[in-house]
Amino acid sequence: MSGKDLLVPFDHQQSAHCESGVLSNLMNFHGLKVSEPMAFGIGSGLFYSHMPFLKMNGIPVTSYRILPGWIFDRFSKRLNVRMKRNKFRTPQQAMDELDAVLEKGLPVGMLTSVFYLPYLPKAFRFHFNGHNIVVFGREGDEYLVSDPVMDGTTRIHRAALMRARFAKGMPNIRGRMYYPVEVPQDVDLVSAGMKGLKRTARDMANTPLPMFGAKGIGFLSKKLRNYEKDLGEKGARAALGNLIRMQEEIGTGGAGFRFMFAAFLMELGQKAGRPEFRDHALRMTAIGDQWRDFAYEAGRLCKGRAEAHITYASLADKLRDLGVQETHFFKDLARSLS
Amino acid sequence: MKKEEVPQDDANLLEGKFKVVKYALNDKGEFEKVPSVGWEPENVALEQAWDVVNEKVESTRRAVLAGELSPLAYHMEKNMMDPGLLGKHVGSSARRVRKHLSPKGFAELDKDQLVRYAEALLITVDELKTVPQ
Repeated sequence: MSGKDLLVPFDHQQSAHCESGVLSNLMNFHGLKVSEPMAFGIGSGLFYSHMPFLKMNGIPVTSYRILPGWIFDRFSKRLNVRMKRNKFRTPQQAMDELDAVLEKGLPVGMLTSVFYLPYLPKAFRFHFNGHNIVVFGREGDEYLVSDPVMDGTTRIHRAALMRARFAKGMPNIRGRMYYPVEVPQDVDLVSAGMKGLKRTARDMANTPLPMFGAKGIGFLSKKLRNYEKDLGEKGARAALGNLIRMQEEIGTGGAGFRFMFAAFLMELGQKAGRPEFRDHALRMTAIGDQWRDFAYEAGRLCKGRAEAHITYASLADKLRDLGVQETHFFKDLARSLS
Repeated sequence: MKKEEVPQDDANLLEGKFKVVKYALNDKGEFEKVPSVGWEPENVALEQAWDVVNEKVESTRRAVLAGELSPLAYHMEKNMMDPGLLGKHVGSSARRVRKHLSPKGFAELDKDQLVRYAEALLITVDELKTVPQ
């Protein structure tokens, strides 16, 4: 079973989020220096949606970002990066192809299920088949892993990696792997960043459906107001807890990607010579702080330790205000870009 | 969020394995990645999610001991699966899996089927046939 040892000299940088982190690390390897917030922003990663009709473990999905994989796609399109992407019929084929690409001296990104990654802390291992990692070498039956949410690199046994790459469910990942085959070196990060920013501002301010964009926040606020009545105390708490997790748990960098987005605004403003972007960034940071307040109070309510003034209605008010502020913010932002 | 405001509420959920990073403003007014061991609301929400899972596992375990369900039901819950997801792992339909969740349906499983279930649930066939007392 053991193939020959391989080591690709890969520089692992810890990131807040797996998709933007893998993207940033892979690009850096290929000579295109781009920070995680820039990768996130160029890929128009920020979004908001609350979809009552789409449930995971019986709880409606709330998301603070665009769909998995879209950051990669938009980033690649805007910077003319060419990615090779594979899916496989069998785990054996998936591992053979991984070995073949490593042999060429290339690090490989791939989708995994966190449930089957033994190196992660137990508490985070739910069935989620969308976790991006990079494999950059192998030693005997172990593969060397750069998991962007970790501070250092780690290892995984071949059998465990096969399982993590072929976890069933939503989505059926079937060994999905990807690696850049063409990365232009003389790119215009400013122009790509402006395109990414415009798209985010437009989608957040103007998506016509009620559950998407900044409007989606107000949409959820209305639901949240009736959670206790509609779902019962226990169900309401579970749904609230889920909101906190989507907003804050491993991967968002705080406040549902709002801080990472503010970091992107600052960096882009500096690169583009647009000092007013700093003001936008600080305004978004203040909005992010209010998201944090919301999560803090929601946490008190979940634990049953909330002061009397914290109720589902007061949280719904906070959310409604956040929706209004984000709507104004993204409209102003879109206007300043046109 | 300022750098010094990045919470460090350790509930040992990361098992000391690593710290996660948050984006926060440093004293120069720029964002930087700041390590964090956790934050109270996140810890609460995550523990609550596990409580739901653990309650389900425990009630299933009792139902198995009471002879109402087969051990397969317990191990399925332990792996946080439903009949649909488990079915995909063993190449079977949710309906067939559901049948095997009853003691009677489980008793009819042959060796091959038991092995397939055990592999999908990361246990041995002997473990698959029992639940903790």
